[in-house]
Amino acid sequence: MKTYLPAKFLIERDPERCIQCQVCVNQCTFDTHYYDAEDDEVRSREENCVGCHRCVVFCPTQALTVRRNPLDYRENYNWCPEVIEDIIKQAETGGVLLTGMGNDKGQRIYWDHLVLNASQVTNPSIDPLREPMELATYLGQKPERVELDRESSSLKTELAPQVKLEVPVMFAAMSYGAVSLNVHESLARAATEMGTLWNTGEGGLHPRLYQYGDNTIVQVASGRFGVHPEYLDVARVIEIKIGQGAKPGIGGHLPGEKVSAEVSVTRMIPQGTDALSPAPQHDIYSIEDLAQLVYALKEATNYTKPVSVKIAAVHNSAAIASGMVRAGADIIVLDGLRGATGAAPKVIRDNVGIPIEMALASVDTRLRQEGIRNQASIVVSGGIRNSGDVAKAIALGADAVYIGTAALVALGCTVCQQCHTGKCAWGICTTDLALTKRVNPDIGARRLANLLRGWSLELKDILGGMGINALESLRGNRLHLRGVGLTDTELEILGVRMVGN
Amino acid sequence: MVKRGANSVVKMDTSGVFHRDINARLRYAVSDGTQKIELRNVYGQRYIGTDLDRPVEIEIFGTPGNDLGAFMDGPRIIVHGNAQDGCGNTMNEGEIIVHGHAGDIIGLSARGGKIFVRDDVGYRAGIHMKEYQDKKPVLVIGGTAQDFLGEYMAGGILILLGLNLSEGEPHKARFIGTGMHGGVIYLRGNVEDYQLGKEVGVAELEENDRQILHQFVGEFAAYFGYRAEEILQGKFTKLFPRWLRPYGRLYAY
Repeated sequence: MKTYLPAKFLIERDPERCIQCQVCVNQCTFDTHYYDAEDDEVRSREENCVGCHRCVVFCPTQALTVRRNPLDYRENYNWCPEVIEDIIKQAETGGVLLTGMGNDKGQRIYWDHLVLNASQVTNPSIDPLREPMELATYLGQKPERVELDRESSSLKTELAPQVKLEVPVMFAAMSYGAVSLNVHESLARAATEMGTLWNTGEGGLHPRLYQYGDNTIVQVASGRFGVHPEYLDVARVIEIKIGQGAKPGIGGHLPGEKVSAEVSVTRMIPQGTDALSPAPQHDIYSIEDLAQLVYALKEATNYTKPVSVKIAAVHNSAAIASGMVRAGADIIVLDGLRGATGAAPKVIRDNVGIPIEMALASVDTRLRQEGIRNQASIVVSGGIRNSGDVAKAIALGADAVYIGTAALVALGCTVCQQCHTGKCAWGICTTDLALTKRVNPDIGARRLANLLRGWSLELKDILGGMGINALESLRGNRLHLRGVGLTDTELEILGVRMVGN
Repeated sequence: MVKRGANSVVKMDTSGVFHRDINARLRYAVSDGTQKIELRNVYGQRYIGTDLDRPVEIEIFGTPGNDLGAFMDGPRIIVHGNAQDGCGNTMNEGEIIVHGHAGDIIGLSARGGKIFVRDDVGYRAGIHMKEYQDKKPVLVIGGTAQDFLGEYMAGGILILLGLNLSEGEPHKARFIGTGMHGGVIYLRGNVEDYQLGKEVGVAELEENDRQILHQFVGEFAAYFGYRAEEILQGKFTKLFPRWLRPYGRLYAY
């Protein structure tokens, strides 16, 4: 069948600059560039280009420009090119549209409608270059009250397991199989260097990375891939994954061709078989069942580590979160509408779930109203792009955040949304051994650690400007936020006042 | 409450003891090199044996609660009574022998080990069982099962014997093997086509199947006092996954 799909991108090759070196041919994984031996010339098939810009960055003479094909159909706000092309794809294949990364639609980004406060005259700001600033964060259940033994000045209250983060930014769950082992190693080493945590996702943990166990969150999800006693023992935190923001309520299918020999070792399934994660966990049909798995995992690890529960942010998140806390979760994770994925049905990614800002505000409010906010830490993810978003999330009530997309961008990702193809030209979201070498763990860990260092410095600047010297003083302190361009209802749910008010 | 017998059998009366304390004592006993433990008066305590990773034998008298032997890695648990839901959940290695019934999702996501149930089991038995290298979980059910038996099964061996069904009475389970993409189910007795999931095929037994049945039905019969030859004389059907990739053609790229 002839495809009616037009090329998404136009490739301009400057003949003055191109030296026919074929770097672009070798770098492209989508067969866009090719060498025409007959004419002794490098050419491009524009219809294959996904706009990842790998060739542009690696071209030694900057001969390439990749631009969006303007696709000037007759102007129509309703029937825009994306809508037309999706229909064409389905007419030609009869399948579910798959995509990668997070929701790219224009739903309101509330971070951009929230502004932070700073001290002026009445309260001095603090210069973080000269004075100590505290970003340390402890995740885990906090006691109702603490009792001290006055004789020995020691704590009488028995504390639930706590995890200290030097910076309140962790790396979100991305499974080995979705991303490569080199990406896992980069994340693990950066987390270890910066005193934070990374998350295995639901694909098991490669034995080579057990050495980073103290900075590792291991996931237990519906497929239970790679979940075995040693996996649970080596981890710092165990996370039960109920859902993710990119595909709430949907399971996952890792196709057999991505289950390589190495992936098969960590997932503990035979090479080449599909790894099917059912939509629900079939031992969890209720809050009571969730409590059962939470405590099964606590029993399996002798109550030595916090158990986290991750859900996608959906309409009733606040009530669900209350149930999760009562089910014994030490950490609850909310993943918002813009949370990303290695592969999801496009219709789900773009239409299901709620923005993380609203979910966070309503969950934090609800847990406070019920007097159980101390019983669990709140971690949010799904569209955290910079330290400003982190500061706003913490002011809205989060204890810490997860970053997934931002971490991958640090490794080279340009958010071209082709993760589901397994052909990632940046070598990130692939298990093709020739491609995974494109991420060098030494360099990857450096880039990720640099990002966290940059954000830490910025967070300290933000705190200092507010005149506070500890992140703890910002946590849940919504008076440090004001809303701009928001309706009364939005302001009410966010629990912040309008600017100028 | 922990008493040490002369032959190093640790006996525990668990009446009124919280599951966390039972498991703490089990851990202590096992770390001490104990080979055999008897738990008496078990009344619904969950997670028994969950954190044990050694080949110890635990005999349970009474009714253990949900998630018996969840994530377990090696012990052998014998239940004189009924097991509840989630028995052998995500088990890695070991053996569970139930002299009675068991509840829902028995053997959920188990990767290894063996489970023998004398009587009936509930819904979704053997769901998403897997296998890996030398690990191959085996679940043998003496009675019958409810719907979604072997759902999403990705590996292992599931044997349903239907010993308590009367002559000619079919199994009641529907959606047997829905989403199955690995492993094998052996059914003794009758099922109609409409009771099977779309993803399973039906086949006659071959020599290899008979050997498997001979071994595991033999073990089952020895545990519960049956005669294996009599059981094996019944009519067996083999259910297998028709496709290793049941959901391979769902997507547009």
